Amino acid sequence: MNPLEFRDPVRARQLTDALERTVNAIGRNPVSVMHVCGSHEQAIARFGLRATLPRALNVIMGPGCPVCITDMPEIDEGVALALQGVRVATYGDMVRVPGSAGSLADARAAGATVDIVYSVAQAADLAREVKEEVVFFGTGFETTAVATAAVLLDDPPPNFSVLSAHKFIPPVMEIVSEMPGSRVEGFLAAGHAATITGSGIFEPFVERHHIPVVVAGFEPLDILAALLRLTEMIRDGQAAVSNMFPRCVTRDGNRVAQEQLWKVFRPIGGRWRGIAHIPNGNLRLRDEFAHLDARKRFTIDVGALWHRAPSSLVRQCICGNIMAGIASPGDCPLFGRECVPESPVGACMVSSEGTCKIWHQYGGVPDLRAPSSNDCLRCVPASPGTTDVKGGVA
Amino acid sequence: MSAVVQTDERILLQHGAGGRAMRRLIEESFHTAFTFTPELSAGIIGLAAMDDGAAVRVGDQWLVMTTDSHVIQPLFFPGGDIGRLAISGTVNDLAMMGATDVLGLTCSVVMEEGFSRTDLERILASMRQACDEAHARVLTGDTKVMGKGEIDGIVINTTGVAMTPSLVRDCTLGAGDRIIVTGTIGDHGMAVMAMRHGLALDAPLASDVAPINGLIHAALAWDRRVITAMKDPTRGGVASALHEMASKSHVGILLEESALPVRPETRAVSELVGIDPLLIANEGKAVLGVKAAFAAGVLNALRAHPLGRDAAIIGTCTGEYPGMVVLDTGFGRRLIAEPEGELLPRIC
Amino acid sequence: MCLGVPGRVVEVDEMTAVVDFWGAKRRVRIDLCDEPVQPGDYVLNHVGFAIRRIPAEDVQTTIELYEQLLRESTGQGPEDLMAADVRAEIEAGRS
Repeated sequence: MNPLEFRDPVRARQLTDALERTVNAIGRNPVSVMHVCGSHEQAIARFGLRATLPRALNVIMGPGCPVCITDMPEIDEGVALALQGVRVATYGDMVRVPGSAGSLADARAAGATVDIVYSVAQAADLAREVKEEVVFFGTGFETTAVATAAVLLDDPPPNFSVLSAHKFIPPVMEIVSEMPGSRVEGFLAAGHAATITGSGIFEPFVERHHIPVVVAGFEPLDILAALLRLTEMIRDGQAAVSNMFPRCVTRDGNRVAQEQLWKVFRPIGGRWRGIAHIPNGNLRLRDEFAHLDARKRFTIDVGALWHRAPSSLVRQCICGNIMAGIASPGDCPLFGRECVPESPVGACMVSSEGTCKIWHQYGGVPDLRAPSSNDCLRCVPASPGTTDVKGGVA
Repeated sequence: MSAVVQTDERILLQHGAGGRAMRRLIEESFHTAFTFTPELSAGIIGLAAMDDGAAVRVGDQWLVMTTDSHVIQPLFFPGGDIGRLAISGTVNDLAMMGATDVLGLTCSVVMEEGFSRTDLERILASMRQACDEAHARVLTGDTKVMGKGEIDGIVINTTGVAMTPSLVRDCTLGAGDRIIVTGTIGDHGMAVMAMRHGLALDAPLASDVAPINGLIHAALAWDRRVITAMKDPTRGGVASALHEMASKSHVGILLEESALPVRPETRAVSELVGIDPLLIANEGKAVLGVKAAFAAGVLNALRAHPLGRDAAIIGTCTGEYPGMVVLDTGFGRRLIAEPEGELLPRIC
Repeated sequence: MCLGVPGRVVEVDEMTAVVDFWGAKRRVRIDLCDEPVQPGDYVLNHVGFAIRRIPAEDVQTTIELYEQLLRESTGQGPEDLMAADVRAEIEAGRS
């Protein structure tokens, strides 16, 4: 019996009842809060939590899927390398994300060697076993980047290098809060990333924007309790950081991991797919690690991929708006038609944490109160003067 | 839903993964090629039915036939190997149609030049073992060798033939029927995935691969009239099988998550890789639709058999939401969507 | 955003520990953990690395956190809430 599961349905019911009372006390409809973590969305969907939340509470999935926000040029780098004959190892989610001209899976179908690994350490071990070059295509947020850092600091073999597409999440809260049309009144912060960075990292954001942030875990009770705390803070006009995941998160975080992370990586600004330029949102290897940087070791010929003009479908893709929380999958003309998991157009449909994939996986109706109901993830109402975004009925 | 526009059609791995992509390939290409005009007569259950096997009326019986090709990597895994899989898969497909008494099997093998003779002997011995368990015999076959690099190791195809007085279909669930699964779910696929992606577990997971015609015979012998539908949840898992059954039968299915039998090992690994056991392949299990009043009786008949000890009633069919499979998680309900494509471990 | 899975440490050596995930055991790297780990500790595992030692007493602390939140939310303890639920059901049954 796993004592770290917190799934008591009775307590869950008490929490959702309290949530209902608190949201009613706020009086607005909807009250919109955002989480920026694919695993939060997975947990919410997996446990059927949306069906239990108050109708007036709009829990939006923001850009928290690291695979979804990996921009096309970065995917193209991985695909180009693979097509150039270099052995590429990566995490499972990345393999089917479409770049400008196909995904790593497509490259594999065309004869490239692409290995799926559970851990970056495995990729380094693979390099030790084989003679050829092995490039680890690193995706994921800071929680995952620390593992890559640890491997790079642990005497990796000479035929091993890293193509970093790692991302850093805290800056994106700023960007989302500043987007026109944004009605987000509070944020759930990703508990596992905060394990590394500490909850203190959100304090400057809260001071600047006066929006409460609650650090949340991933068990059903963790999420419900965090939502309750967040809505209470919204009700009381309290702008602060609240740590509702103290068993894993401290204010300062994991200093050992942070040290290794920043020893190896430096943050640079970069475009997140479909959203915007995120200052300090991308992680790249520092110059001291140039000898382990795939971008320096290889000449990556991305131009060779662009012999075909990008499909017009790609232009219709609104993944960016979905990730920013200002549209829902139901608003996309391609959702469920040209864009389905077996032939995704945008990254939201590929990654198991993509909003569209989760919607599609759970039948396009993640909020399952009555199975025939069309209740679904409502999008944030547009502000006057901007393009009308319709309420998200599928 | 309009057809997907693909300008550069290539067969991808997901076309063989047993989910939606594969189904569409079969419907679009294979059915088109093998359509008969005039339509097949009432005495034949054929390709269009996409049941576990095909059936042809012969006198007052049905002749059931099925075929399967096996390409699994790795060839040897905890709990079984490609040989055991090749026999069990075909025997079980026959059983799913209600034909548990196997008349005969064929075995066709294509090997890569350089394939290990020892491995071949090991595989054949394993096939013999599985045949003995199933009281089935390989009566004929074929052997081919292709050049190095022209095929990956070995491909085994088996075809099975059996007779049955009455067929069990997969499209005949009725509202109110209970859904029974004959044992723990997700074991085979999780074992193979753990091995394939180097999860390096201390005690490796074991596949459940086994011929279950004896187990199914026990259920049918109890009273075959109360078993309304059957399917084996191979690629795509219980989710895929139930989706097909629900869709073909025009009923909805409500599952109780707390009732799903899952081995602790399988559950732990599913948490590690972030994949639901409902979506993972099984090679020694069946899902049955049973008339509600007789569900307990069928359950007991299954549990009395060594392969059915963990059988459980996991859900109910309903006239509402036809074609959909809904899971009650204990907190709320969610839809289980049809899985498709290669399932990959999730990291983030 | 990341699949962090808790487990219990069974065995420790220099850079790695064998962790029990209540059904499967796996060796994970512990060099990213900011505290030393001992057998019996819980750790949070992500992609083969332990990123946090979870003190065993925090299990109870977590439960208390929920209960305190509920108390503050309603001015009642969770036992009172359950009793209220039951009373409400009985009332509903009567009407």
